[in-house]
This record gives sequence, structure tokens and C-alpha cells, in this order.
Amino acid sequence: MHEVDMTRCLIHALEQWRVAQPATPRIRTIHLLVGDFTCVEPGQLVFTFAAATQGTWLAGASLAIESVPLQARCLACGEVYQPDPTRGYASPCCAHPMDEIVSGRELKIKRIDC
Amino acid sequence: MHMLNNHSIEHHLMAANHRQAVLNRERLTGWQVLCINVMSSPGAGKTALLQHTLRSLQPRYRMAVLEGDMTTQLDADRLATLNIPVVPITTGRCCHLDSRMVASGLTLLAEQAEPCDLDLLWVENVGNLVCPAEFEVGEHLKLAVLSVTEGDDKPLKYPVMFREADAVVISKIDLLPYLPVRLDVIRRHVRQINPHCAVFAVSALSGDGMDSWFAWIAAQQQALTAQRRPQPQLQATR
Repeated sequence: MHEVDMTRCLIHALEQWRVAQPATPRIRTIHLLVGDFTCVEPGQLVFTFAAATQGTWLAGASLAIESVPLQARCLACGEVYQPDPTRGYASPCCAHPMDEIVSGRELKIKRIDC
Repeated sequence: MHMLNNHSIEHHLMAANHRQAVLNRERLTGWQVLCINVMSSPGAGKTALLQHTLRSLQPRYRMAVLEGDMTTQLDADRLATLNIPVVPITTGRCCHLDSRMVASGLTLLAEQAEPCDLDLLWVENVGNLVCPAEFEVGEHLKLAVLSVTEGDDKPLKYPVMFREADAVVISKIDLLPYLPVRLDVIRRHVRQINPHCAVFAVSALSGDGMDSWFAWIAAQQQALTAQRRPQPQLQATR
């Protein structure tokens, strides 16, 4: 249940953003980018966020989570591929180990809609 | 109708944890103390590895341990017999250490010992192959311990942990003759996910494989004191 601590980090970030605004905004949607190669379960994050924000200035704000696929670049031939956890992480083209990750490690607040 | 305002902000979700981790690392580097975050599933042998490592390196280095445990101080008690500073951090129901908990641990440590006199600080994380991977605590290096009894597929099942690790210690190799597990398969699975980490195969019971593990620690410690930061693991895009 580390999503609880991640929610705490998220709320902390939103509070920092709020103090930089002229007045307390009413947030409708918070758009997050969550990579597939992270330990975050989006459904858990939505659930804990709703529970943690009850009765606060963030009550009613919803989380919109956009998943980002895991993509790696094969350093042998340069091809970008999507590692398949069931078949392994090495590149299908050259069997090169997963070295450079192109996407999939994102844990970002992308946009806030008020 | 209320106008919809879009605020585009590029903000890392874990920024609050990251900021404190940076402060912890600066503090440790200022003390010239190399900090290694030890992570594994429960029962992989973190404490046994530490006991053996601490006992063997004690003549050479001054060390301390921050001991993360969910509800008990059992691991801290096991290590306390070695007569080195051990600061227990009871995480309650929390399944990992975060940078805030380690910051308090560092403050407690500084009350117990003169941190500038230390060479190495071990952080024993809560047994868990998932959550600790996403929470940096201010360590210089991350170590993942994997016991042979867990099976050779664990790196594939918990890839983020093995990707994040600067070193992987495969433990309990004295049990290999009794298991349908092959060391080369474990190594291959680790390498698939993380081609750059150091990999060691050891037994804390027999002492097999410990020499190359100790040599790696010595090289990392030397790198820190030579004002060169230890080679960080290839970072994924964040």
C-alpha cells in the first residue's frame, strides 16, 4: 500500500502549487502520467486519493491517469521495442539486455484542470 | 459558465520524497559516510548478510546500521550484539522506508555516535520487493538481495527493484545442491533487466563468495572518500 505515501507526496505537491496561486483554486481534474515500469497501481492511487482528500480543499477533484508504456532502445541496433514481461526484457531483435529505457518510468503530474 | 483553466505543470509525483532524499545524501556525503540501502523480500537474508559483512569488515571500517522493521526490533537486536551503533526505525504498518524516516534515523544516529567517525552506513529496508524500489532514502547505492530459495524468476516478477539496484547479492548459495534452481539463470534474468549492476553470489553461512562482495564495498567506499561519487546506476527516464 505504498500508494498511500505516494498520495501524500501528490497532495504535498498540490499544496505547494496552491500557495503559488492568487486564490485557492477549485481543482476539477489532476492529470497524471504513470509509467508501466513503476510500482504504482493506478486504481489504488485513485482510491487512496479520494479517501485522503475528503473534507479538504481537494475534495471532489478527480485523478485522470494516463499510462505510459515501457519502451526500451536496443543498444545493438537502435530499435525501440516494448519489453514483454512474460517473454523477457531483452530486445527481440538482437537479444540485447534492456539498457536504455525510453519511457515507462514516469510518475508525473502533467496538468491541472480548474 | 466557469472557464476551464488548464495549468500545465511538469512535476514529479515523488518530489517531496526526493527533496528530503537529496538532503539526506548531502548530509551523508558531508560526513564522508557511504550509505547502502539494502532491500529484498522478507526472509531473503538481509540481516544474515549484514551480520556476516559487519563482523568481517569491523576491523577495517567503522559502521552503523539504520534498521527498518515494521513492528518489532528483532533485527536490530540481532545486530546490536556486534557492538556497533544500530538505530531501529519501526515503520508501523508502512511497507518501506522513506526519506523522512531515514532523516529522523540520521538525527538519532548523530546523537548515538559521531557520524564523521563512520565509514559506512547500512540501511536495512523493510522486507518487500515492490515498494522500497520507488522510495529513495538518500542512499549512495542500492543493494537488492535475492535468495536462491525464492526461485530464479524473481527478477522478472519484480523488475523495478532489480533495475534500480546498483548491486545484487544472490544469497544462501549453500542451499543450491538441494534446489532446482540454477545460478546462471538467476544471473541471466538480472542481466536482462539491469546489464550494469554488480552481481555477487554468496552464503552468509559458509562465507562463500564474500571476498568479491567485500572488494566491491571497499571500492565504493574508496570512491566516496576520494570525493568521487560512487558510480550511480543508469537512471531511467523520470
